[in-house]
Amino acid sequence: MGETLLEIGNLHVEFKVYEGRLRVLNGVNLSVQVGERVGLVGEAGCGKTTTMKCVLKILTSPPGKITEGKILLHDKDVLTMGSQEMQRVRGHGISMIFQDPTAALNPVFTVGDQLMSVIKYGSKGSLSKKEIKKRAIGTLREVRLPDPERIFTNYPVQLSGGMRQRVCIAMALSTEPELLLADEPTTSLDVTIQDQVLRLLNELVERHGTSVIFITHSLGVVREMADRVYVMYAGNIIEGARKEELFANWLHPYTLGLMNALPKLTGGGIAEGIPGRIPEYLDPPSGCRFHPRCPRAMQQCSQSIPPVVHAADDHDVACFLYRGETDE
Amino acid sequence: MNSKILEVEKLRKFFITSRGTVRAVDEVSFSVEEGETLGLVGESGSGKSTVAYTVVGLHSPTSGQIRFKGEDISRPVSKRPKALKQSIQIVFQDPGTSLNSRRTIQQILELPLKVHHLGNSRDRKERVVELLERVELPPDYMYKSPNMLGGGERQMVAIARALATNPKLVILDEPTSALDVSIQAKIINMLLRFQEEMKLSYLFITHDLSLMRNVSTRVAIMYLGKICEVAPTMKFFSNPFHPYTKMLLSSIPVVLPEEEAVKPAKITSEGEIPSPVNVPPGCGFHTRCREVNGICSQKIPEMMEVEPGHFVWCHLFPVVTTPTNLEKGVSV
Ligand SMILES: Nc1ncnc2c1ncn2[C@@H]1O[C@H](COP(=O)(O)OP(=O)(O)OP(=O)(O)O)[C@@H](O)[C@H]1O
Ligand SMILES: Nc1ncnc2c1ncn2[C@@H]1O[C@H](COP(=O)(O)OP(=O)(O)O)[C@@H](O)[C@H]1O
Ligand code: SF4
Ligand SMILES: [Mg+2]
Ligand SMILES: [Mg+2]
Repeated sequence: MGETLLEIGNLHVEFKVYEGRLRVLNGVNLSVQVGERVGLVGEAGCGKTTTMKCVLKILTSPPGKITEGKILLHDKDVLTMGSQEMQRVRGHGISMIFQDPTAALNPVFTVGDQLMSVIKYGSKGSLSKKEIKKRAIGTLREVRLPDPERIFTNYPVQLSGGMRQRVCIAMALSTEPELLLADEPTTSLDVTIQDQVLRLLNELVERHGTSVIFITHSLGVVREMADRVYVMYAGNIIEGARKEELFANWLHPYTLGLMNALPKLTGGGIAEGIPGRIPEYLDPPSGCRFHPRCPRAMQQCSQSIPPVVHAADDHDVACFLYRGETDE
Repeated sequence: MNSKILEVEKLRKFFITSRGTVRAVDEVSFSVEEGETLGLVGESGSGKSTVAYTVVGLHSPTSGQIRFKGEDISRPVSKRPKALKQSIQIVFQDPGTSLNSRRTIQQILELPLKVHHLGNSRDRKERVVELLERVELPPDYMYKSPNMLGGGERQMVAIARALATNPKLVILDEPTSALDVSIQAKIINMLLRFQEEMKLSYLFITHDLSLMRNVSTRVAIMYLGKICEVAPTMKFFSNPFHPYTKMLLSSIPVVLPEEEAVKPAKITSEGEIPSPVNVPPGCGFHTRCREVNGICSQKIPEMMEVEPGHFVWCHLFPVVTTPTNLEKGVSV
């Protein structure tokens, strides 16, 4: 495998709220190789967005707090970077696309103004105003918005949801980042528009060689978007593998439950789903956080945290049902 | 004897706004058979909820007719007899806002019973416990308020509320689209069980075709206020006719190779749904259609029965004068 671009190790995050401490991230491990498309899949509230916010250092604190862990970007820890260095990272290194394109765009500025300010910030004054505008219109064309000159002068409200998300993609890619964090960028879109946006994203990251972390709650979407997939549950990465391997041979009881619960285009009814719901982070279950809902839980599952084991070639899982080498 | 519990004929619902007339639902006809689940699928803004709200009487139709067990009910809910209101219930998409957070679950579930004078106060409390049990929630949930529950649990309360009056027809407007799949699975299975036990008919609205494949008897596809294809579920997925249906099916992300095989050959999705204020002339889909030809932008297609029970609204399918068509006219 190639060079490691990003490595998140043993990341713990808490939120201090009125009722106490929400222990959300519980030792997240995830890495991205240069040029790789990584999918992070999990249901609402499992901690996907929180993980990404840590990478960009935009976790609001308080209430949020990173209590343990490291986030290495090219072997340099983001968490110990000064604010100037961090600005460089946000200007060039890492960009983010959010779930809700409406909230991500400022309603009182035109698309052109917002795009130009991102390009200007990224170029640090090395471009003239004319060049910036030319590049801005170029990026609108690149995300295949019809009539880019007109859209440049439009306000976000004048665009449809799909068009707004294209503008956000244009903004995120205009600084030519090494790593793109796409946080459920198509969740609010219709399936035909989602299809267009996914195709566009795939094409652009391939052309620019951008590495991606693609967050979604949909196993189907992750299958179209990722080379490697991580499955997250209640603040832990519980399984990770090459995409082909994962979809041929999912191992963790939670992944299995999700796969079964998903309605299939081939029919055959829907399995009963997973009993219960995602735990409260105020007092999360001991041991494996999935044990209260797990159909195969054993005594040890509530007593200690299952280590990550290499259960198969390029396939890691955190569950006591599987034996294999650990990293320690 | 009529086996159709609901018949909707040439239903129109337009909204007059400052931007112009929104043609949200434009001459839609369909029916729901007793005991079946008719799936109504479509993209955002295609008019699904407007159909639902008009059927339950939250909107009054601009024109057209709605019949329940043969009786004309094309009027707003305020003018419908109580017995009718008991018989037709709706579950909304967003379990967060459809329940009043200032009331307890008991108050929420008792309200329809009070409105319809069903039982005295002790009976009602018993009924609340029974309803909670039905949706597999513990009895002490009746003292909780909706915002103490998870999204899935709130939706179960909404379902219990819809079932409180022993309805015949339940309209499910995207009942699980705000929920995680692991919770969706539980709710869907519950709904299917209730349908069996209580002999319910469902009008099931969703934008998720994979879900539709597993729950509905027949499927109807909506686009820009029109229905463009209706077929029995098996036919719909094995042999879709309308170019829009094919585009939809081929856009669905799936997880298994077997599912990939069900999808029509890749039809790249293009363009976006136009504004219902500014509906394109002719077939509303012609702006995105890959098989468009001259007539499509000029003439509105007619609904054709291409094979028994399989209706298509598209110029590619000319009038087939099969005996069934001649006999029935073209009523879906
Ligand atoms: N009360 C109203 N006044 C004006 N326009 C309306 C009203 N209700 C709905 N519309 C418009 O009618 C069209 C159809 O809306 P509807 O809510 O029925 O769509 P839908 O298919 O349910 O979409 P979704 O999947 O987003 O729920 C939309 O363009 C919508 O903006
Ligand atoms: N600012 C915050 N204050 C308190 N709790 C938070 C905050 N941000 C996130 N959380 C909690 O952390 C958990 C994970 O949230 P999030 O990372 O947004 O999940 P996801 O993106 O996977 O849906 C949730 O339970 C959420 O309520
Ligand atoms: S560790 Fe135990 S409880 Fe957790 S998923 Fe594996 S079997 Fe289930
Ligand atoms: Mg999120
Ligand atoms: Mg709707």
